[in-house]
Amino acid sequence: MRNVSIIGAGMIPVGEHWATSLRELAAEAGVKALEDAGIQTVDAIYIGNAYASTFNQQTQLGALIADFMNLTGTEAYTCEAGDASGGVALRNGYMAVASGAIKSALVIGVEKATDIVGSARTLARSISLDADFESPNGATLTTMAGLLMRRYMYEYDVEISQFEGFSVNAHRNGKRSSYAMYRNTIREGAFAKAPMVSDPVSLFDSAPDGDGAAAVVLVASDHAKDMVPQPITISGSSVKTDRLMLQERDNILKLNAVSQSAQQALKQADLKISDINLMELHDSYTILTTLSFESLGLAELGKGWEWANNGGEQIDLTGKMPISTFGGLKSRGNPCGATGIYQAVEAVHQLRGIATDNQVIDARHAFIQNLGGLASTVVTHILSIENV
Amino acid sequence: MNPNSNWLMKSDRKVGIVGYGSYIPRYRLPGSEVARIWTNGLSGSPVKEKAVAGIDEDVITMSIEAARNAIACANIDPLNIRAVWVGSESHPYAVKPTSTIVAESIGTSSNILAADWEFACKAGTEAVQASIGIVGSGMAKYTMSIGMDTAQGRPGDALEYTAASGGAAFILGAAEEAYAIYQGSYSYVTDTPDFWRRAGEAYPSHGDRFTGEPAYFAHITSAASNLMEIMGSSPEDYTYAVFHQPNVKFPLRAGSMLGFSSEQMQPGLLANEIGNVYSGSCMIGLTATLDVAQPGDRILMVSYGSGAGSDAFDLLVTDKIKDKPNTYITTQNYIQRRTEVDYATYVRYRGKLKE
Repeated sequence: MRNVSIIGAGMIPVGEHWATSLRELAAEAGVKALEDAGIQTVDAIYIGNAYASTFNQQTQLGALIADFMNLTGTEAYTCEAGDASGGVALRNGYMAVASGAIKSALVIGVEKATDIVGSARTLARSISLDADFESPNGATLTTMAGLLMRRYMYEYDVEISQFEGFSVNAHRNGKRSSYAMYRNTIREGAFAKAPMVSDPVSLFDSAPDGDGAAAVVLVASDHAKDMVPQPITISGSSVKTDRLMLQERDNILKLNAVSQSAQQALKQADLKISDINLMELHDSYTILTTLSFESLGLAELGKGWEWANNGGEQIDLTGKMPISTFGGLKSRGNPCGATGIYQAVEAVHQLRGIATDNQVIDARHAFIQNLGGLASTVVTHILSIENV
Repeated sequence: MNPNSNWLMKSDRKVGIVGYGSYIPRYRLPGSEVARIWTNGLSGSPVKEKAVAGIDEDVITMSIEAARNAIACANIDPLNIRAVWVGSESHPYAVKPTSTIVAESIGTSSNILAADWEFACKAGTEAVQASIGIVGSGMAKYTMSIGMDTAQGRPGDALEYTAASGGAAFILGAAEEAYAIYQGSYSYVTDTPDFWRRAGEAYPSHGDRFTGEPAYFAHITSAASNLMEIMGSSPEDYTYAVFHQPNVKFPLRAGSMLGFSSEQMQPGLLANEIGNVYSGSCMIGLTATLDVAQPGDRILMVSYGSGAGSDAFDLLVTDKIKDKPNTYITTQNYIQRRTEVDYATYVRYRGKLKE
């Protein structure tokens, strides 16, 4: 297996791009990444997308997007794992280049959510749950997150207000980023009073769906150094799965795939979690951030929420472990199946030192983790600067 | 494309508003009542309360009320009215005109044009544009253009807080007789499916947040800025501005995007007191504004109808506004005539219980 590096990265702001189609979103990010890498063609294009089949009634995104980018004929197809689709597309590109089967890959995460609205979109999103036992009974990602959070609050005697710092931190960082969907700050004390979406998950707790696209270009690390001044190495890559349904898990408050995927990626990178300088966690709900901290071994069981203390001062850009550095899913927006690639592009910006107002100083290793469903699929990548 | 003078609609013969009248039913449903029923009182409401038509009221009866007020205001013989046009999205009949019933009730002759108009919330102002043409060409001495609705909101839907009843009637005639003269108008339409109600459906569907930026704001600001550019005017040239008002926030934001102050919008911004009266929305905003206007005041009025389009009008108030008959019932008179109802009464009055 060869080492693999990212030589190009691009993203567009997450938002309600009403007038921009799926293919246009994907091509815009794809072209940005290719221009950043200084190349015009690649051996393969891998698309991370979760809901084009229900949001847009569109499959075969590979052919669609390759053709639209004037790359007709190129190997191109979708990788899907719910909201972890971007992550698994990156994993797929990594393996293809690492194996030597191809020399270069363009990995695009794209989601066009605003083609449908309201309850139709909620229904279209719930296809990532169990279609025999969960979604037919009215379950959605948000209602399941609500059940999870309620259980956590009951087991560990935690109040809603104690999760506030995660959202405050996300919006504090998103406010500084021109790529973020909601650049407002959340005032202290506002979190627990926000309108309920699915009790106890409120409007200020759950991430907003948005349209978005982000892309990276991968080549073998040996070639990367000759192509761009600041290639970023993928030092760890791992996908693990858990039982799809919460109800089947022995302990719903332990995200086993989060632990296992992180351990495998860290082992490959020969790093400990304490070597990591920043993390992009899948913060679509604060309960997932809380449980991720616990499952990553950064907090004892029942104590993950403590990272949110004091407005999230330990997780801000200068804190002990910065997270959601461009606003995370909560403020940057949740582009569903494109999320994993947004995380990768954000990490690349941090490691190259071009994150401007969102920069984490002296970032050398970034840990990005992308969850499908309620951590049924977990993709971890560790990105590192080249000269480590 | 940059706006050019060919886009301006202006008749050879100058046309103005020779009479106007509004009507608002007396019942009010507070937003807190809708929230009490549907969200345990947890939701905020985009308006304080909305006007609700009584059990014996519909677009026909309310149009007649407004039309009579307009005739009283104009002090003309209804036999000289040559067209009665009613814009609404709640005509009581799918087939059979509202306008003939209104015309006969207010005492026009039978030698007239009469028709119902539909363009979501801009059906009434579309009828005004047509009136400017027919009066401006000399085909008619006076015309009556009405925007009136008993708007439908699906129980529990976001629109139920605002969908209200009311509207206004305008009699157009020669500028020499007018309280306010149309200096120019303009229309801007696109195929934008933000809100619709299919034939046979009781309640409309809408595209949630899609109804904002690409729909309401894009059309209102395009119509207003294009008209102002063609007219060579800017926001500070206008004493007042009136915009379609589905809630309080939208018109205030559209006005501020265009450079208008909240003071310029204040007399015509009624949504907080009466809700969104759809086809009547900016037309009743204009009657309330004319009620306080002085000679020489200039008014910009911009409607918005889903599906989608905006009509924009540039009006100049004349000296005649001082001579309005004392008998005239103002829009504020109707706003102050108020009987609060609870949700159950509203459900009964609006026929929302189906077998």
